[in-house]
Amino acid sequence: MSSDVRFIDFKSDKQPTWCPGCGDFGTMNGMMKALAQTGNHPDDTFIVAGIGCSGKIGTYMHSYALHGVHGRALPVGIGAKLANPNLEVMVAGGDGDGYSIGAGHFVHAVRRNVDMSYVVMDNRIYGLTKGQASPTSREDFETSTTPDGTNQTPVNPLALALSAGATFIGQTFSSDARGHTEVVKKAVEHDGFGFVNVYSPCVTFNDVDTYDYFRDSIVDIGETDHDPTDRDAAIERVTEGGTEYTGVIYQDPDSVPYEQREGIESNMAEIPDGAPEDAMDLVREFY
Amino acid sequence: MPDDLNWAIGGEAGDGINSTGKIFAQALSRAGRHVYTSKDFASRIRGGYTAYKVRTSVDRVESVVDRLDVLIALTERTINENTDELHDGSVIIYDGERTSMQDVEVPGNMVGLDVPLKRLAEDAGGAIMRNVVALGAACEVVNFPIENLDEALSKRFDDKGTAIVENNQQAARLGQEYTAENYDREFGYDIETTDEDYVLLNGDEAIGMGALAAGCRFYSGYPITPATDVMEYLTGRIDRYGGKVVQAEDELAAINLALGAARAGARAMTATSGPGIDLMTETFGLVATTETPLVICDVMRAGPSTGMPTKQEQGDLDMLLYGGHGEIHRLIVGPTTVAECFWKTVEAFNLAERYQMPVFLVADLALAVTEQTFTPDTFDMDEVEVDRGKIVESDDVNTWADEKERFQPHFPTADGISPRTFPGTDGGAHMTTGLEHDSLGRRTEDTEVRVEQVDKRQRKVNTAKKQEAWDWREFGNPDADTLVVSWGSNEGAIREAMEFLAEDGIQIRFLSVPYLFPRPDLSEAVEAAETTIVVECNARGQFANLLERDVFQRVERINKYNGVRFEADELVAEITDLLRPQEATTQ
Repeated sequence: MSSDVRFIDFKSDKQPTWCPGCGDFGTMNGMMKALAQTGNHPDDTFIVAGIGCSGKIGTYMHSYALHGVHGRALPVGIGAKLANPNLEVMVAGGDGDGYSIGAGHFVHAVRRNVDMSYVVMDNRIYGLTKGQASPTSREDFETSTTPDGTNQTPVNPLALALSAGATFIGQTFSSDARGHTEVVKKAVEHDGFGFVNVYSPCVTFNDVDTYDYFRDSIVDIGETDHDPTDRDAAIERVTEGGTEYTGVIYQDPDSVPYEQREGIESNMAEIPDGAPEDAMDLVREFY
Repeated sequence: MPDDLNWAIGGEAGDGINSTGKIFAQALSRAGRHVYTSKDFASRIRGGYTAYKVRTSVDRVESVVDRLDVLIALTERTINENTDELHDGSVIIYDGERTSMQDVEVPGNMVGLDVPLKRLAEDAGGAIMRNVVALGAACEVVNFPIENLDEALSKRFDDKGTAIVENNQQAARLGQEYTAENYDREFGYDIETTDEDYVLLNGDEAIGMGALAAGCRFYSGYPITPATDVMEYLTGRIDRYGGKVVQAEDELAAINLALGAARAGARAMTATSGPGIDLMTETFGLVATTETPLVICDVMRAGPSTGMPTKQEQGDLDMLLYGGHGEIHRLIVGPTTVAECFWKTVEAFNLAERYQMPVFLVADLALAVTEQTFTPDTFDMDEVEVDRGKIVESDDVNTWADEKERFQPHFPTADGISPRTFPGTDGGAHMTTGLEHDSLGRRTEDTEVRVEQVDKRQRKVNTAKKQEAWDWREFGNPDADTLVVSWGSNEGAIREAMEFLAEDGIQIRFLSVPYLFPRPDLSEAVEAAETTIVVECNARGQFANLLERDVFQRVERINKYNGVRFEADELVAEITDLLRPQEATTQ
């Protein structure tokens, strides 16, 4: 799709307060590029963010946006998209917002498969509250609130999404500007819920899941013989452990978005000045 | 015998009590009689007992009374549960062939009609129709033309095909004929029919219909008694107007879904009961500070915690007034009748958009489950007005832009109400947040901007206080010494009690208050009265507490919190008792 919208049009004039070197800079740039390159306009785009470092993203981007309460960004995005299917809806969050306090909504948003995208900045740490364990932190990760490690299995976001019936799962690394943008673009273009987990390192509080770690361990799934339309293969890739895959790991080519199944087409904002013309029929039903 | 008839069917949950009761209510309504129903019998023992009670008259009926004339008892317990309401000459219809009913003893002063409900139903095509056989028997007892029942049965079973409809109509006839042949006597009832056309609906349905009339296009909710009927009513119907009902994974999602839809410009709503309000409270502040118009309906039931899910209470007022951390601006509207459930819902949507604020629509179980008759013009759709407030189109966006041409969704206007653009409006893009924000909707901790925005949001409330009527509904003698004040569903029972009290020479001025915040100033009324009595279904007197603070004066209280709505006759007794001169206690 051709468009004269540039990614800079999605940028606000507010300077980010993220720590210098934070992965969220790259993540956000890729989101803005993906939105612009898929032909969207800030006036037709609705961005929702939750709480945490990632939640600040609505402030730094220019579009219609809501920065909500912790963990509930997905329901807000779904509500907006269903009310006006013409909007491009993108939800941004972090690993705490999406996989801890909002884990329930994550699972159900995946199931519902509304045509929107969800980008999670996964840094495996709580940064805004200065360094506590997150649901994706490693089992032996020592923090101020987990001095002996978390002693819990980390959430596997991709496996969780697949088990809930995801129609699109992608994973990217915030430093890989090109690869990240491409995957987010595909998530935006996907007919359904486009979920992208982004390795977005926290340079201040996480000295384990660092840029160096990801650079060394990431495998671009596009360079393997993986078929992204093969769900069984995708399940194998995301559950085998030990490898941090990036790229589009699964996409259901036959995905039909929820709103299409439900026959939602119109912009619900448009209503008559009074009761609908045939409204007395509603009363007569009670005869 | 009076034309006023009190009828009930009772049995175990799963016996089809509600649908049978509704069919009879429908038949009476079709015959031009007024109907008022209730499903909230006091239960002395915990368990599956359930009943559906119908009060019917040619004149309007607004409450239940402590009296039962005809009872269909599917279980022995049904009789025991209703001993106090049965009287000399009450008719009890039961199936003596049912194993568990063989030893039933109908009190000597009453009339027992032993009708083989199951056997006759089988003759008509299936045991499942035994309740309908009982309805036929009831028609015979009260001399009610059975053709009216035919119509109601046809409406109820229409989607199941003609054969099922005809079988049911036949079952009713077998019950009627059996009763006529085996109990050849006059029961003293002669149910008069009229040519009036009434509609029969409950408060939840009225709320749902009000939402559709007002242009609500998005409803999200999580099923909960007694609010589920709102959701079920809207499901399918809202689609006719391009809208949708979304069943959420929990109430946290429900309110956030509705919030998202409202941000996108839809008139959106969620409905729940107390336990759901607990969860939704998390998002109240976000709705308020982002200045999002949203209608949040609480159909109250007995709490706290899971409480008594199918019982009446008005215990959520404090939570609705104060729930949530920080100072949250909100409006609270509380319909007092089933018909008002419709009109107050319409009003709630207009208030929400006019003032860009959360509006709580508070109803209670007694309103929600009461099926009541009305003339169709009670819901005159031509009277419905839709006011969307300060919506800005793209050609006017610049009027509200700052020097950098950025749209200001929280611009501090004189009346506090800011311009609003929907996503998709060119040039109107903006963010907003639950963080304190500036006029652009961006986070700020600037002390002056903070004060400016808090004041701006408060100004909206002040504007609303000035612009809207916030009136009460007044009944009785305006010069009476005794003032009764109430809110919610108690209005009907109080009005009926007033008629009885008037016969005893006790005059009452009754103010039924449909606005909880802002609410009408009752100072003059309380000052003019010798005695002020607040009637409400809770233990602490939450409205009475408010009123005392509003008027700086003590008031008398009548509270009921056993899970059952007020009945007119008990109010007569309680009010009479309160007004009786207190004996001096001198030592």
